[in-house]
Amino acid sequence: MRYSDAVTRALLPFALLGLIVACGGDAPETEADDAEVEMPFDVATAGHLQGMVLFEGDPPPPEVLDMSSEPDCAAQWDDQPMRDLVQVSDGHLENVFIYVKEGLDGMDFPRARDTPVMDQVGCRYTPTVIGLMPGQEITFRNSDGLLHNINSSPTVNRGFNISQPVNMDTQRSFASPEVMIPVRCDVHGWMRAYIGVVPHPYHGVTGSGGSFDLRDLPPGEYVIEAWHSQLGTQEQTVTIATGETAEVSFTFTSEMLGTAVVPLGEPIYPHRHHAPHSAPATR
Amino acid sequence: MAAIRFLGLVLVLVTADLAAQQPDTERGRQVYERWCAACHAVDGAGEGPAAGYMLPRPRDFTRGIYQIRTTPGGDIPTDDDIMRMINEGMPGTTMPGWQDQLSRADRQAVLEYIKSFYPPFETMAAPEPIDFGRAPRVSDDRLEEGRIFYDSIECWQCHGDTGRGYGSSAPELEDDWGYPIRAVDLTKNWKFNGGGSVEEIYRRLRTGMDGTPMPSFSDLLDADFMTEDQLWSLAHYVRSLAPDRPPRVREVIRADRVEPGEVPTTVADERWDEVESFYIPLVAQIIVLPRWFDPSVDAVWVQALHDGNEIALRVTWHDRSESPHPNWMQWQERVLEVMEPREGDLDPAPRPDRLAVQFPRSIPSGMERPYFLMGTSDNPVYLWQWSSTDDAEPAQARGMTEIEPLGGSIASDARWEAGRWQVVLTRSLEPEDTSNRLTFERGTAIPIAFYVWDGDNGEEGTRGAISSWYFIYLLEDAPISTYVTPLMAFFLTGGLGLVVVARAQKRERALETASEGPDPTTPTGRNP
Repeated sequence: MRYSDAVTRALLPFALLGLIVACGGDAPETEADDAEVEMPFDVATAGHLQGMVLFEGDPPPPEVLDMSSEPDCAAQWDDQPMRDLVQVSDGHLENVFIYVKEGLDGMDFPRARDTPVMDQVGCRYTPTVIGLMPGQEITFRNSDGLLHNINSSPTVNRGFNISQPVNMDTQRSFASPEVMIPVRCDVHGWMRAYIGVVPHPYHGVTGSGGSFDLRDLPPGEYVIEAWHSQLGTQEQTVTIATGETAEVSFTFTSEMLGTAVVPLGEPIYPHRHHAPHSAPATR
Repeated sequence: MAAIRFLGLVLVLVTADLAAQQPDTERGRQVYERWCAACHAVDGAGEGPAAGYMLPRPRDFTRGIYQIRTTPGGDIPTDDDIMRMINEGMPGTTMPGWQDQLSRADRQAVLEYIKSFYPPFETMAAPEPIDFGRAPRVSDDRLEEGRIFYDSIECWQCHGDTGRGYGSSAPELEDDWGYPIRAVDLTKNWKFNGGGSVEEIYRRLRTGMDGTPMPSFSDLLDADFMTEDQLWSLAHYVRSLAPDRPPRVREVIRADRVEPGEVPTTVADERWDEVESFYIPLVAQIIVLPRWFDPSVDAVWVQALHDGNEIALRVTWHDRSESPHPNWMQWQERVLEVMEPREGDLDPAPRPDRLAVQFPRSIPSGMERPYFLMGTSDNPVYLWQWSSTDDAEPAQARGMTEIEPLGGSIASDARWEAGRWQVVLTRSLEPEDTSNRLTFERGTAIPIAFYVWDGDNGEEGTRGAISSWYFIYLLEDAPISTYVTPLMAFFLTGGLGLVVVARAQKRERALETASEGPDPTTPTGRNP
């Protein structure tokens, strides 16, 4: 914890720099790290957004994972260990990161107080996609009790590469907004996760029903982005009115596989033009 | 007049002060573009014209990620950290040291210029180095404790049980830029890019190596899983995997003579343990097309024995896989995908590991030797070829692409174990057919050279690692006589000398008696 705070402090000026960019040159707030920030609008005027992410076509077959080098991990699976890079149930797409991309500029939201957990169970990340606010801590948990490393490679933020050889929790945070930050385990090449850092609480990840629910948005017009690690991004514009629940749905198709551009900060693999951190499917 | 002089002095001082305060970015740019940009690129992103020929790739300065630091994982490095890399370079990579090449001012200017590629250097708080403390003294207990942690925190997952970099995760490792990266061979600490001392190893364990799969272990201290002292033990253990000093390169491989029938012909024969090893460094074959700039094998160790009838060589080299190995196919795909130049067959395929030992067809009388890259059409070479999927055989080569088997075979025994190949090749000193085949003579220096191919690294044909010519020297007699002969010579000459002296003294005494009353100071009687 002490260490995380030190990192956060060290990164604070950078975070402010990020804010300057995000706020289009407005003077950055110079509040202390933990100062209480009020909601920047009257919550009584809020509206809501509900939605669904659909998938059309045949999802790629699950990838069989060779866990022979980790029998303890393999034992935690009922059958053959597998990975669904595109997880679809009844046409509903999971693990899509949904967030308000535009429309909240200049608003300063209090940092979320909860600490989401990204667990490592049976040599897979659970969940594989998590949204955070800048400075909000995330707990990386090793429930496997064998060596994992958590290697994040952000482009805007500073990264980290933590070793967890035993059952343990480690907290980290990111100072600046960034969609998305890839996280990998170098010991188990199939383990990939993604963290989205956005400067407000309006983000979510679709679960098994493919649905999402963003509550208490200030009334206004927004660009909503849906991000998927294999299928890329889509945007839609929605209008939120006080007391009402707007609805939106996104549709990804199997044709997007292999051609989608998946934003992970800036392009970081000059020789490969598809998603660099989701390539194991071809291996 | 005095006032003007004073004003002038002030002006000079002020200008000097300004110059000292402001980094000389123009000078830094000039130095950078002249000396650094070919690899690190004018824009600092590490993709300069030469970058494709290098693995690991040159540093991308635009992301502010540095492997070798004194600061915690994820932090920017200190200026001293960057200066150390500029001064000393990075062993095991293509980055040379610049301390003797560039002036101090130029190095300082280029440091500032490098930092300017990552603007947050200006706005972030100055990084604080970790207090590493001092290395405790090494002891057997400490090494044992270090080994326990090597096992429990699973260093072997990447580095392998023996540290040779062949762990089960090794084939799929990649750096933050998506390039393939090797788990370092911990038994070759002189190739560690951050230095091979126990202090430097400890630093890497604390800070991690950002941008690579090597994590920081500082969190394990914070979580009370292990103490700093125990981490030092691990550092000592890792240091102990490498020899005290880097191996010395010698020009001549000595083949001792053993009793008839005592030549060990298998890899596992314990008699090899007593035989001296000769270290032969290998380099990339970058002369004949298609070239290869990323050989994975950087040296062989050679042991040799003969018994007057047969000669046996045991050649040892570190290789992360027994090619062709299915787990390493994806490594081969990735390496072949990223390496320049795009020459030859770059399709991944199951390729074996190979070794070739090269000799001239006959022992040259003078210093004249065939062209070291497998000879030429008018001066071919004689080869022993071994492959992990075939028997060893003799061959003749008229250049790297003109190799023809000579028929017959070379007796061989080979074993891959824990990241290491060992191959024993045996042949009679006199071949049955002396045309095109070398006769090994004793007591003369015979040229010898080595080639190694790592199949799982996409190596075959001209893509591989090579040595220049070395010599092998077969001792005339059994080793015991090697020590007896000089001793006998010593006593013999010493004894003869004594006899000569005694005779001379005797004669002098006779002379003295004859001449009566010589000058007693005359030196004639003294032994010169």
